[in-house]
Amino acid sequence: MTREEIIRPENKVYSRPRLIDDNYMHYCPGCSHGVVHKLVAEVIDEMGLEDKAIGIAPVGCSVFAYNYIDCDWIEAAHGRAPALATAASRLNPDKVVFTYQGDGDLAAIGSAETIHACTRGENIVMIMINNGIYGMTGGQMSPCTILGAKTATSPYGRRTDLNGFPLKVSNVVALLDGTCYVTRQAVHTVQAVRKAKNAIKKAFQNAIEKKGTSFIEIVGTCSSGWKLTPEKSNKWMEENMFPQYPLGDIKDTSKGLEEKTVEVKK
Amino acid sequence: MKDNVKLMKGNEAIAMAAIRYGCDGYFGYPITPQSEVLETLEAQMPWETTGMVVLQAESEVASINMVYGGAATGKAVMTSSSSPGVSLMQEGISYLAASELPALIVNVMRGGPGLGTIHPSQSDYFQATKGGGHGDYRLIVLAPSTVQEMADFVSLGFDLSFKYRTPSMILADGVVGQMMEKVVLPEQRPRRTEEEIRRQCPWAATGKDNGRTKRNVVTSLELDSAVMEKNNERFQRTYKEIEKNEVRYEAKYTEDAEYLIVAFGSIARICMKAIEDARKEGVKVGIIRPITLWPFPYDAIREAAANVKGILCVEINAGQMIEDVRLAVSDSVPVRHFGRMGGIVPNPNEILDALRRDFIDKPANAKED
Repeated sequence: MTREEIIRPENKVYSRPRLIDDNYMHYCPGCSHGVVHKLVAEVIDEMGLEDKAIGIAPVGCSVFAYNYIDCDWIEAAHGRAPALATAASRLNPDKVVFTYQGDGDLAAIGSAETIHACTRGENIVMIMINNGIYGMTGGQMSPCTILGAKTATSPYGRRTDLNGFPLKVSNVVALLDGTCYVTRQAVHTVQAVRKAKNAIKKAFQNAIEKKGTSFIEIVGTCSSGWKLTPEKSNKWMEENMFPQYPLGDIKDTSKGLEEKTVEVKK
Repeated sequence: MKDNVKLMKGNEAIAMAAIRYGCDGYFGYPITPQSEVLETLEAQMPWETTGMVVLQAESEVASINMVYGGAATGKAVMTSSSSPGVSLMQEGISYLAASELPALIVNVMRGGPGLGTIHPSQSDYFQATKGGGHGDYRLIVLAPSTVQEMADFVSLGFDLSFKYRTPSMILADGVVGQMMEKVVLPEQRPRRTEEEIRRQCPWAATGKDNGRTKRNVVTSLELDSAVMEKNNERFQRTYKEIEKNEVRYEAKYTEDAEYLIVAFGSIARICMKAIEDARKEGVKVGIIRPITLWPFPYDAIREAAANVKGILCVEINAGQMIEDVRLAVSDSVPVRHFGRMGGIVPNPNEILDALRRDFIDKPANAKED
């Protein structure tokens, strides 16, 4: 079979989503970002949200998310995506606003904005890729780095006496009354990808129906930061990350938030 | 007309003028001496009338980034704070300037450095006019001296900001923020419609609606140095335009003046009293009150100083604007500073004493100390 024969339309079995651009992707081989980008693009397209979606990009590896997913984007300062999303959503209530952040951006410098957007119950989708490392700056320890993991700033492994405990940010935001849906997913197998896509879809639906904040954590790989092959990264993630960050829904209030007005007695 | 005259604080005037301008959103955090802006907005409930969004944020950092997020969708958004809070906003202000976003920031200055004092000051002049945050950028800086100007500069600040696509700042001091005066509020304007926003801000991230096929991305990031230099050159061209078109100042008694006072904000009015007292004694003093601190009225000061024996720069700080005044006259005229710090506002007698000490009582050929 020649190349010309292979690329005939009738032989086509798969293509990149309509809303993923043809731009050269800067992500490393084995990185989870590419898959999650694909899922977000598919969900926006399938739900007919191309004219409604406003993405907020972070600082970190996914800083260039706006180069790949074909919707409107605002690029935030480090950690501030939930603040931008709050205003963009409140000022444009007929739009659907989502943030796309890494664990360093969201759980460290952006922890205050995250907690408060979630407790206000902003009608936004928050997606956090948790690979337990600062990938863009060269593999430093993040709040979500698991104990024992070696990074550029925990070269002998993360220790509780020096670095404290990993921040399980999904469990934290699940405690807040403003979140309607909190789930932890992964994209390392076909089955996991399907589940993650359903979760993202549900989150966007929640935002459309103004049910409160939906928070999706995706435990992902960073082959370059972890200094492992893509294949070994997946194995390392399953063996070491999943016990610390078990997959599945953490909170799902299908009704959405109840508006509360409380009269305080004098 | 009489019915429209209200008595209110400068901070309240900012809030009322914002609603009447048709502002789309306010995001702020309490800090003395400007908390009445947020308090007034919450009490007015403009979301019930004009549809304006008002939100108390978790910090000044969040406030300015909410402003960034709102401005990026083409909305007319603002925040207000006081000195320590405005320090926290500097990163966000730099991002607004770099992303060429219109927005209004109000700083009702209190004394610093550090937590300092809650009392009035003008010690954020450098921060407001020389950058404040990182990178080569400028803010349009308006300095109100009356409650009326607090109200008027909301629309002026927004209009200039949208005209040049760059953030503007109202740099008020605690005196103007807290004092009560008569004010005539502007007429209520409707907020812009979504169609008007898309016409005025075709760059805004509004979702690819109205048949737009190319996505809008609001960002300050550009890793290609050649492109980033071009971006910077575009910012600088905008700043040149603003310098050419938007210098504002008030001049009084400058025609026959032997001595010139340069002062902005509330202290300029206290200087007026000192000038009137001096004129009663036959000492001819004039005043230039810069209204735009950036762009600074260099030419006006140079022209007014052509025939004076000395310039006294009166500021409620250790001497910040004096550097621009000296630049204006290239030190061809002696320029001295008088100011108080720590939240103390000078009175007219102190200003007159400083004039006498530095110029009037000093023989023209006296040696500099």
